[in-house]
Amino acid sequence: MSNKKIIRNGQIESDTWLVIKADSEGRSILPDDGDIIVPLSLWQEQAQTLKQRAGKLGIWLNSDESPESIATDLENFQIIAINFPVFMDGRGYSYARLLRERFGYKGEIRAIGDVMQDQLFYMRRCGIDSFTIKEGKDIEEAISGLYPINQSYQAAADQPQPLFRRR
Amino acid sequence: MYVYDDYDQQIVNDRVAQFRDQTQRFLAGKISDDEFLPLRLQNGLYIQRHAPMLRIAIPYGMLASRQLRKLADVSRKFDKGYGHFSTRQNMQLHWPKLEQVPDILAELATVQMHSIQTSGNCIRNTTTDQFAGVARDELEDPRPYCELIRQWSTFHPEFAYLPRKFKIAVNANPTADRAATLVHDIGIHIVQNESGENGFKVFVGGGLGRTPVIASLVREFLPKKHLLTYLEAILRVYNRLGRRDNKHKARIKILVRAMTPEKFTELVEQEWLQLKDGPNTVTAEEFERLKTFFTEPEYQSLPQQDEHFLALQTENNFFANWVKRNVTPHKKPGYAAVTLSLKKTGIAPGDATHEQMDAMADLADNYSFGELRVSHEQNIVLADVKQSDLHSLWRDAKQHGFATPTLGLLNDMICCPGGDFCSLANAKSIPIAQQIQERFQDLDYLYDIGDLDLNISGCMNACGHHHVGNIGILGVDKKGAEFYQVSLGGASGVDASLGKILGPSFSEKEVANVIEKIIDVYIDKRTEEERFIDTYRRIGIDPFKQQVYANV
Repeated sequence: MSNKKIIRNGQIESDTWLVIKADSEGRSILPDDGDIIVPLSLWQEQAQTLKQRAGKLGIWLNSDESPESIATDLENFQIIAINFPVFMDGRGYSYARLLRERFGYKGEIRAIGDVMQDQLFYMRRCGIDSFTIKEGKDIEEAISGLYPINQSYQAAADQPQPLFRRR
Repeated sequence: MYVYDDYDQQIVNDRVAQFRDQTQRFLAGKISDDEFLPLRLQNGLYIQRHAPMLRIAIPYGMLASRQLRKLADVSRKFDKGYGHFSTRQNMQLHWPKLEQVPDILAELATVQMHSIQTSGNCIRNTTTDQFAGVARDELEDPRPYCELIRQWSTFHPEFAYLPRKFKIAVNANPTADRAATLVHDIGIHIVQNESGENGFKVFVGGGLGRTPVIASLVREFLPKKHLLTYLEAILRVYNRLGRRDNKHKARIKILVRAMTPEKFTELVEQEWLQLKDGPNTVTAEEFERLKTFFTEPEYQSLPQQDEHFLALQTENNFFANWVKRNVTPHKKPGYAAVTLSLKKTGIAPGDATHEQMDAMADLADNYSFGELRVSHEQNIVLADVKQSDLHSLWRDAKQHGFATPTLGLLNDMICCPGGDFCSLANAKSIPIAQQIQERFQDLDYLYDIGDLDLNISGCMNACGHHHVGNIGILGVDKKGAEFYQVSLGGASGVDASLGKILGPSFSEKEVANVIEKIIDVYIDKRTEEERFIDTYRRIGIDPFKQQVYANV
């Protein structure tokens, strides 16, 4: 079982979630037990099987998979991961805010993929609360990217009131 | 103008520390070139042909004299002693050292300035009319709304990694659009509805670059309090659906055109219904707070016309010419707005030396309540000058090379830095500007030609706005040689239109001859009242084509 380090709620923690990726033919191989984060396609094909399986369940959305597609299924997931295939692809920021602010998802939202120190501030503000830092980057350094700027003008997932309602 | 409180100052100070850290990590090899790229761009830092280029934000073009002195100081200490005022009302330093950029930012922060989001795929500096607040025909001062947008867009967490850059412009003047709003990603017009309430008319999807497009109307009237939720809806639709596979097709104009303006509007309205009346709905208190920063200075009560000023114009023809071109009527009796020209022949358009910046700051203190504005035509405006001071201001301005009396004429051209500085450019643009300025030096001839926008870009990215020049010149690469394509009929005002290409491009040495032939056709065909653009619109492109290519 994997035991990686992630950033969760502002701290570095061990993590046991396994992200399941489909192989080149679109098949996914699931371990018998353990906590898994499955691709959207697998959930859409095998929701019943996945619900009955031992171990906790999460889902991950790629940057072209909209959160509307799981809006009515949210209670099934203990974690929703949003994949950032390349850091320049910013669709996931909108997805996180929609999950939090529109669909009211209260569980863990995790950024996976091309995730580094300097994106964490924006991701945190959009409602992402855990982060798998990209291979080759120092997680101890990356964590300082959560709070580089200590005031914000806008309302977002972390702060329901814009500054003009607080100043 | 807007003055920072502790919140604003902390955000800018934190940014300096953040960028210092990012620069150190980059120099230490902890961040790759590709990873550093968006970080430095979102701080206005380019790696250019000769050196880095730092673009400093001047929000909607407003500068206090102490800020301009700081820009002079920074260009003296960290650069070669001059800066370049850009078409987005910002200022660029073309020779800073990468490792010194954090120190430059720290200096700027002491006068409430920064370079946040002056580049990169994010929301850029919001621009407006350089005569905002003093123009006679204005419905109301657009600057409080620009400041509201500035704050909302600064470090907006959802929109820092858009498909492409995003530019917003605001205009409040029904008779003139000096901010070229219809060639912006979002153009906002302040308008009045039937019940006399002011609100916003919203246009989306205009732009220049490779695919020039005039923006489409998406909302006829938006009550003011909904401005931010509506902008957020537009940006969210774009962030989710804008193309990311091809950077040349990634601007919002491509999305709007591909899905049709009607469908795009429908998606925005759907998204907005969910956001409407949420916490980003602007409070009356916030509008009032922002307006307090843009109140009138302490104007004296003066007669509509200063008699002595009128007399001086009849006595001195040079002064009269300058007044005619570079002085704009003011809403207050006895006052005027003055444009200091940065278009002296032989100098790159928009360039100012540190001495000139200090001198302009002094002029602002002496004549115009210590404030200045940058125009998108790359000049500097003193917005509140007494008519009785104009003659002495003119003499001072002449000494420093700011009194070139050619505002709005052929020689007052918009020009990008071009191939001399910019690594994107196909061709040089500054020598072309100089060639034309030298050819058209005779002031009587220039005045006879009258109002004419001539815009020059060194490449398809169109930083010199060539598509909306009455005459546009575009640098192109033809088998490794620099050539210039000429277009006619562009306009950026309320009657915005895109220029049409005249025909095959010309070599560098032919450009001034071609412009002269074009002007000859205009002089020959015009009626008494017609500006160049009017004649062009009446007779079309063919007579120009025939003249220019007659002997080819």
